[in-house]
Formats: sequence, C-alpha cells, structure tokens
Amino acid sequence: MENFLQQLINGLTLGSIYGLIAIGYTMVFGIIGMVNFAHGDVFMVSAFIALLIFLAVTQILGIASLPLAFVLVLVAAMILTALWAWVIERIAYRPLRGSFRLAPLISAIGMSILLSNFVQVAQGPRNKPVPPMFTDVIAVTDGAYRVTLSYKQILIMLVTALLLVGFWWLVQKTPLGRAQRACEQDRKMAALLGIDVDRTIALTFVIGAALAAVAGVLYMMYYGVVNFYDGFVPGVKAFTAAVLGGIGSLPGAVLGGLLIGLIETFWSAYFSTDYKDVAAFSILAIVLIFMPSGILGRPEVEKV
Amino acid sequence: MRWRTNPLLGVEHLTMRFGGLVAINDLSFDVGRGDITALIGPNGAGKTTVFNCITGFYKPTEGRMAFARTGLADSNAVARLTASGGRFAGTPAGDLYMLERMPDHEIAWRARVARTFQNIRLFSGMTVLENLIVAQHNPLMRASGYSLLGVLGIGGYKTREREAVAKAEMWLERIGLIDRADDPAGELPYGAQRRLEIARAMCTDPVLLCLDEPAAGLNPRESAELNKLLRAIRDEDKTSVLLIEHDMSVVMEISDHVVVLDYGVKISDGTPTQVRNDPKVIAAYLGADDETENAEPSA
Amino acid sequence: MGAKPTDAAPAFFSAEAIGGAFRAALVAAGLAFPILALRAEPDLNNQLVLLNRWPLLLWAAGIVFVGHLAAQIPHVGRILKWALFAGCTLVLVWILAGVANSNLPLRGKIALFTLIAASGFFGLLIAAPCAPGTPFHDFQKRARAFAGKIVGPIGIVALFAFPLVMLWTLGPGGSLKWINNYGVQILIYVMLGWGLNIVVGLAGLLDLGYVAFYAVGAYAYALLSTHFGLSFWLCLPLAGILAAFWGIILGFPVLRLRGDYLAIVTLAFGEIIRLVLINWTDVTNGNAGLSSIPRITFFGLPFTAADNGFAASFGLEFSPIHRNIFLFYLILCLALLTNVATLRLRRLPIGRAWEALREDEIACRSLGINTTSTKLTAFALGAMFGGFAGSFFAVRQGFVNPDSFTFLESATILAVVVLGGMGSQIGVALAAAAMIGGTEILRELDLLKAIFGPDFDPAQYRMLIFGFAMVAMMIWKPRGLVSSREPSIFLKTRKSVSASHVREGHG
Repeated sequence: MENFLQQLINGLTLGSIYGLIAIGYTMVFGIIGMVNFAHGDVFMVSAFIALLIFLAVTQILGIASLPLAFVLVLVAAMILTALWAWVIERIAYRPLRGSFRLAPLISAIGMSILLSNFVQVAQGPRNKPVPPMFTDVIAVTDGAYRVTLSYKQILIMLVTALLLVGFWWLVQKTPLGRAQRACEQDRKMAALLGIDVDRTIALTFVIGAALAAVAGVLYMMYYGVVNFYDGFVPGVKAFTAAVLGGIGSLPGAVLGGLLIGLIETFWSAYFSTDYKDVAAFSILAIVLIFMPSGILGRPEVEKV
Repeated sequence: MRWRTNPLLGVEHLTMRFGGLVAINDLSFDVGRGDITALIGPNGAGKTTVFNCITGFYKPTEGRMAFARTGLADSNAVARLTASGGRFAGTPAGDLYMLERMPDHEIAWRARVARTFQNIRLFSGMTVLENLIVAQHNPLMRASGYSLLGVLGIGGYKTREREAVAKAEMWLERIGLIDRADDPAGELPYGAQRRLEIARAMCTDPVLLCLDEPAAGLNPRESAELNKLLRAIRDEDKTSVLLIEHDMSVVMEISDHVVVLDYGVKISDGTPTQVRNDPKVIAAYLGADDETENAEPSA
Repeated sequence: MGAKPTDAAPAFFSAEAIGGAFRAALVAAGLAFPILALRAEPDLNNQLVLLNRWPLLLWAAGIVFVGHLAAQIPHVGRILKWALFAGCTLVLVWILAGVANSNLPLRGKIALFTLIAASGFFGLLIAAPCAPGTPFHDFQKRARAFAGKIVGPIGIVALFAFPLVMLWTLGPGGSLKWINNYGVQILIYVMLGWGLNIVVGLAGLLDLGYVAFYAVGAYAYALLSTHFGLSFWLCLPLAGILAAFWGIILGFPVLRLRGDYLAIVTLAFGEIIRLVLINWTDVTNGNAGLSSIPRITFFGLPFTAADNGFAASFGLEFSPIHRNIFLFYLILCLALLTNVATLRLRRLPIGRAWEALREDEIACRSLGINTTSTKLTAFALGAMFGGFAGSFFAVRQGFVNPDSFTFLESATILAVVVLGGMGSQIGVALAAAAMIGGTEILRELDLLKAIFGPDFDPAQYRMLIFGFAMVAMMIWKPRGLVSSREPSIFLKTRKSVSASHVREGHG
C-alpha cells in the first residue's frame, strides 16, 4: 500500500511533465494536422537552456536565492524556447504548407536530428549533472516504508496546475484562442474572415514550446541530469500521451500525460524497469491501431 | 419500368448516421438492369453518401443493398442470404451479393460495381495508359501468378498485358484520348480527365457504373459527348449506370429512371416525365410554400 | 531567415533591408545565446562550470546579418550558383593536383587522373548553371538525357571494375580503405535505400522503423550461424524470410493507418525491437552483443592464411584484402538483386498498384485493388531486402549489438531515399554515395582540422548535416535529386512525368 502511494506520487509528477509536452503535440496537430516530430527535441533544447541560464544566474550574476533563480530560469527558458519554436516553424514548416502530406513530417524529422546534433556539437555528448535543488522532502506516512513527497514534486504539480489554468483561459477566453479554434475548423474560411492564419499557427507553436520549456525546466530539476538525446524518448512518450488522450483534445493531452506517467512508474515498480520504454512504445502502437481517436478525441470520418 | 421488373440493385431501408446527423433516412429504391438511373436532389440531400454506401466506402448504419450481378433478383434468395449472414449466394437464377457486408475493393472486383468521384481521383502522376492498366489490376495480377511468376518472367503474363493494353486503347479511342496515352493524367484538361475517369472505371468490367456528377464543369459540347458516351455504355457495353447529376438537361435527356432525394429522404421516384411533374420535386427545387416547409425537418 | 528576394523585397542596402537584416541577426543572437555562447562542462569535482564562448554568438549574428543582406543582392541566386560551380571546379582541380603529386605508382596516377578528370569535367559540363534558352543550355539538356541513359550501365561496369582497379593501382594495403570504407559501406546503404524505396518511394508508406528488419536479418545470421552452425548461404535467404515475416506481422495491424500515424507506429515498432534486443539478454547478450560470428568464406574456403584457405587454394599470397574484395562483390550482387527485382516489379501489376496507392488510395479501392495486401507486399519485400542487408552486415562485422540499429540509422536510410528522389533507383544510389562517401571524406579532410583546430572532429557534424539536408530538401526539392518519374509502360513514346504531377504518400 505504501509502495503504491509512493508510486502514485511519482507517477503523477512524471505525468505532469509528459502532459505539458503533450499539449504542444496536440495543439499543432489540431491546427495543421501535422505530427511535430521535433517537439521532443525542442523540449530537450529548453532543458539545456534552463541549465545554462541556471548556471549563469548562480555563477555569473551570483543570485543565491533559489526561488528567485527558479523564476528567472523559468521565464528565460520559456521566452528563448518559444523563439526557437518560432524560428523552426518559420524556416522548416511554413514554406511546406500546401506541399504533399508527408513533407512536413520529413522536415520535422530532419529538424529533430538537426536540433539534437546541434546541442551535441555545442554542448558536448556527455551527461550534464545538474546541481541538486529543492531537496527537502515531506514524509507522508511513517513506518518501515516512508512515503515521501518532495518539494520538487510539489513544485512540479503546482506549476503544472497553474499553467494549465492559465493556458485554459488563453484558449477558451481570448481572441487568440478563438482564432486558433477557427483555424482548426477551416483555415481558408478563417483567413477570409480576417484572421491572420500564419500568425495564429506561429503562436500555436510558440505556446506549445513555452509549455514544453516549463516541462524542460522541471525535468532538469527533477532528474538532475540532461543530455542531448533526452528529447527523443520523452518526446515519443508525450506523443503517446497526446494520442492516448485523443489527439487534438487539450484535456485529453493532460489526461494522457498523467496516464502514461502512472503506467510507466507502476510498470517499473511492479514489473521491470528494463521494459518500461517497451511498455510506452507498445501503448502507442496499440492505441493508434485500436482506438486512433483516443479517450477524448473525436472519431474521424474519411472523406471520399 | 425495368427497375420494377428486373432490378439489378435493391436498396432497402438504407440509413446512414454520422454521430447525431442523419445523412440518409430509411431510403429504398431499385436500380433497373440496363437502365440509366439518375439520383438527383438539392445540395446536401445525401446523394454522395448513398454512393459511398453502395460502393462500400461507408458502412451504412442500417439497411440492405442486394445486388443481383447476373440473372433475376429472387426475393426468396435475398431473404435466405440475409438470414445466412453471408455476402454472396450463387443461386440458379444468378449471382447475388449483399453489398453492405462487403469491403469496398470486393464490391468493385467481385460484385462489379465501379465508380467515379465528384472531385476527380485520377492517378495524376501516372500516364493515361497506366491509369487504364491499373484498373485491370486483378485479372493482370492473376496472370502474373500474383507477381511470383511475373518477376521471374515465366507464364503468359506478356500476352495478358498486351490484351490489357488493347482494351485500354479501345477505350482511349472511344473517349478521344488516344493521342494523349503517354501523357501524365494530371496534364489533361478537366473535361478529358472526367472522361478518362469513366473509361478507367469501365476497364474494371463493371455491371453497374456509378458516376458522381459526371457533367459537372463540362461545357455544352463536352456535355453532349458525355451523353453519347453514357448511352453507348448502356447500349453497347450492356452496363447499367447510376448517376448523380445536377444538370437537369442531362438527367432528363438520358435517364430512364429518376430518384429524387431531399434531406436524406426519397421524395419522388419514376420516369423523367413523372418526376418532372411531381409537385414535391418542384417544391424541393424551387422552394416550398409554407405548408410543406413546416413539414420538412430543418437542416 | 527564409527571406527570399521577391518583387516586393526592399531595395538592396535600403534602410529597410538593413533593418530586416538587423532583426534577423537579433533573432539569431537570441537562439545562440545560451546554447552556443555558453557551455557547461563538469570540472574535477563533477560540478558544472560555465565556459564563455561569446565570439561564437557574434559570429552567428554576423553571418545571419550578412546572409540576410546578401539575399537581397539582385540575381543573388544565379551568382550563388556560379560561385558554387566555380568552387566545385576548384575542388576538382585540387583533387587532380593531389593525385598528380601523390606518391602512387605512375600507372595508378594516370588511371586515377584520367578517370577523375573525365567524369569530373563531364559532370561540371552538364551541371553548369546556364540560363535556359541559350544554345549551350540545349546542349546540356541533351547531354543530361544521355548521361541519364548511360549512368546505369557504366556505373555497374565501373563498380565491378572498382576493387580490381584499386588493387592494381594502390596495392593491397592502400586499396583496403577504398574498398571497405567507401565501397562496401556505401553499397550497404545503397541496398538499404533501394529496399526502403519500395516502401517509401513506390508505395508511399513512410516507414520510420526500417532498421528493425536490418536488425532482424543481422541477428538471424548471428544466432543461426553460432548456435546451429548454418552457413551464410543458407542463412541469407532465411534471414530475408524472417525479416519479411516480421514485416507482415508488424505491418498487418498498422497498414490501414493514415500516413503520419503509420510513420509513428513503425518508429515505435523499430524501437521495441531494439529494446528487446537490449533486454532479452539470454538470447541476444544484451548491449554487449554477439561476437565471434563466423566470417564469410569463399564458398567453403576460408579467407585465412591456412593451407586450405582461399589464397593458398588459388596459389595467391595471403592478404586480408581478398576477403574485402569478396565482400564488395557480395554486397554489390545483393544490391543489384534488389534493384533488378524492384525494376521488374515496377512493370508488373503489383508495382503499378504500389504507385497508384501512393497517388490515391481511395481511387485504388474503387478499382478493386486490395490495398491491405498490396501495402503488405511492399512492406514485406522492403523488409526482406533489409534482412538480406542485415545478414551481410553481420557476416562483414563478425559482431552485432543493438547500437547499430538505432532510430538514427532508420533516419539515415530514410534521408538517403528522400534526398535521392522517392521512387528513383539511380537517385537513391547517388544520394547514398554522396552522403556516406561524403561523411568518410569529411573524416579525412586535414584541411578542416587546420581551420578549426586539432580537436575538430568532422564526423560529429554528419548527422547535423543530414538533418539540415532533409529540411532543405523538403523546402527546395521535395521530390529529391532525381524527381521525374519513368512510366512503367507506354504506347508510342516514353515520356518522363515531371515532378509537379507526381504525388507522394497517401493520407
């Protein structure tokens, strides 16, 4: 029981991170029907930006207050990662609108390879151990098996929840959100009604990247190590989350993220750590084959 | 009245729902063997959905589509096949298929129902000739020993391929595209693409040819040529035709039987003259007076 | 920053143009700011410390600024093309000078010099960026058509002669690198590219897990030969069949998925197979891999210095080069088998159905084509050739482990197909030669080390360049280097179909 509780906490923490990344996949898919394969690597880039900014803030500026440093890192990582996503969309995807269907996907794969190798060249291939932060823990239960909830985990869940509320407001209540939903329905008609479609799509990428950047900051802090290939597997898992929740559906992405996080931690705890990635990949395949519209997605009718 | 005496296809109680939307509601009609049957109705009446059900691209929510490929449709045989749950029955009276139980490619290849599309679907990067050869895929596949013999160069594949080319040439002559045989299909002008799509469908040796707005976008001369072609398909190739059309001059001129749909429901069914004089049809096309409008479901 | 000189582009060196370039440079600086300008390195206590590299940031911003301005020079496209042409000419002359000054035997010098000079100058002649309409341009068109016709047969003859010519000119020691690093390595990717071309290029199914079948082939040979002592010639077809079988098993449930979903599922399958290879240690020995796999023999004669070895049996002096030459011919034949099979299949109904499927799946179904079995055949055949290549890989290396079968490997093969021109056999071969050969050349260029310092390792830029090339290709020429399509049958004249009509991939 204690073990179960501990795994539940760990799973929800991991799931929050996946959920944040998954939103980027699901939003882009919703608006332009494209699997943004490079999104996982944007997440990885954001983790590196976060690491470097953190080091700069503590070592160069000499800021000792951890919460202040954390806020600075979060804001800087969101802005800089959003800039990356904006440039990527502009260079690699926008010219391909109207090209054949697989062109954006191939371009995105190229972008993914480009990003991870760029970081490898710029930052070196070795693991970067991050200085530990927020190391305190709260004991939830006492006894032989102590269930703990760390400050880090609280912070992750708190930040995720806050961001989701803000994001929900953005999509539901602002003109930008309305423009986004209009472009999702019918891009041509939206353009005729005076919506700047290019700008709306670019902003979708930017928002998705900013959320991925938050995930990147949290990931760096939680695991304490980053590497240039860290974009691929979390990226695929977050994509799995988006598909599981129903691609195109925002609540679905969060739900899917939490589910994938839980499945992964419970699988590792009760079955085997060796096969935990196999589990994630298998879920991806099974969901796509047997329920391609996911839990909260709408079924697609083939147009003849 | 061949649709009464010798029906080729019997559509009964066909219903198609997409989520909450009812696209076709309890539709029944017959297609006569050797007839040109027109399916008409205002935009959004559900005509293309009927086509997609008949050709297997959609699985209807409810309903039966009995297709008597050869011989006479025998109501007993239909009932027996329905009860058995099978797709096909070879009765002494002829071959009978249940279209709603078959996947799309089987409908084309076994039951021999061919179709064209509202937005032309040619293989635009392949040549005109290749388009017509691809249409003869199944017999050629068999001749090539399902590729096993063909890849080794054994068997009579070459002869069969020559026959297939001859058949394609015959159709190219008939649609006046023989000089463009080696050009990419995507390079043809619009009207020629429409004709090629019909020829491609005919290369599958269909018993029933379903045409989705074949006259759309054609000029009057091309339209007249199309009428001639469709009559020839009915009379010389002995292929029945089911077509969706907006152009009333085409419908009235060539069809033997007209079925009128509105909001997924059949509102009239008969010869062109009968349909033309049906007040319900006039109401649906020209706008209804208050009484009938209230009776209709709103969109 | 994607700025193209259009009619509306601001005049060169106007305030507007400079402002635009300045903004682009700012964006570049923003991108470069933490990732490029700072580097985190662990110190002796494994604590990360920051290294400053601010000049790099200035470089990045400066290059973007200048590039952005230069893009507005009138006729910049043509100027760039001619500059590229001049650069290629210089490189060719430089290579020729290198050959002339090298310490090769004279016959080798002459042979290499004439070969490189003839092919190089012919290539430059037909690639010169002449304006359309000039008489020379018409000549170029004819020359290109001629080159297109002869490049296949000449290439095959040249490939068969290649190891012998190398041996003759460079001797056993000097030719090893050329036959092994360049010849065999490139041919493996040519074969993999041709195999994947069936799936991606012809049938239009984006397969991101192709390397799984390569792995199945490699492990099949490794396991069958070490555990059951089966010979390579028996294992080769078995590996192909096993890979095809896996292709069917994996393909069957997924082939009705849409294009991009299919791509992701195949990626997942590829990763699952790799993870199983890592974790199923009882059979695969995990990350350590399987070693001491039996080496290739000359139909039973081992390539050893022993009395019953190949060299002794043929009265030759023993040399490890014999094995490599045999491997070269083996992979050449396997690759050509793939090519011949593909070319023949393209002229059969199944091949036409693949291409039709790529053009329009719904139309295929309306014509009675069973799209599932058609896709499955493409998938299984592609897998089979991947399996052949895999077992060749295992017999060549004598060692396999899961590291050789990562997603990056799939992406490399896909890049070969995409850059070469989806569906074009010759294009794929050229792309493989350029990409794999280019990497090898990069590795050797001392020139780059002289510029960037002795620590500079060009090999790590390989995937960076691949990724960039994939993006650039999609934007510039989505159909790849060889983009026109040859019809599979014709009535009167064979006319190539230009890229603008051909569609790629369904969905």
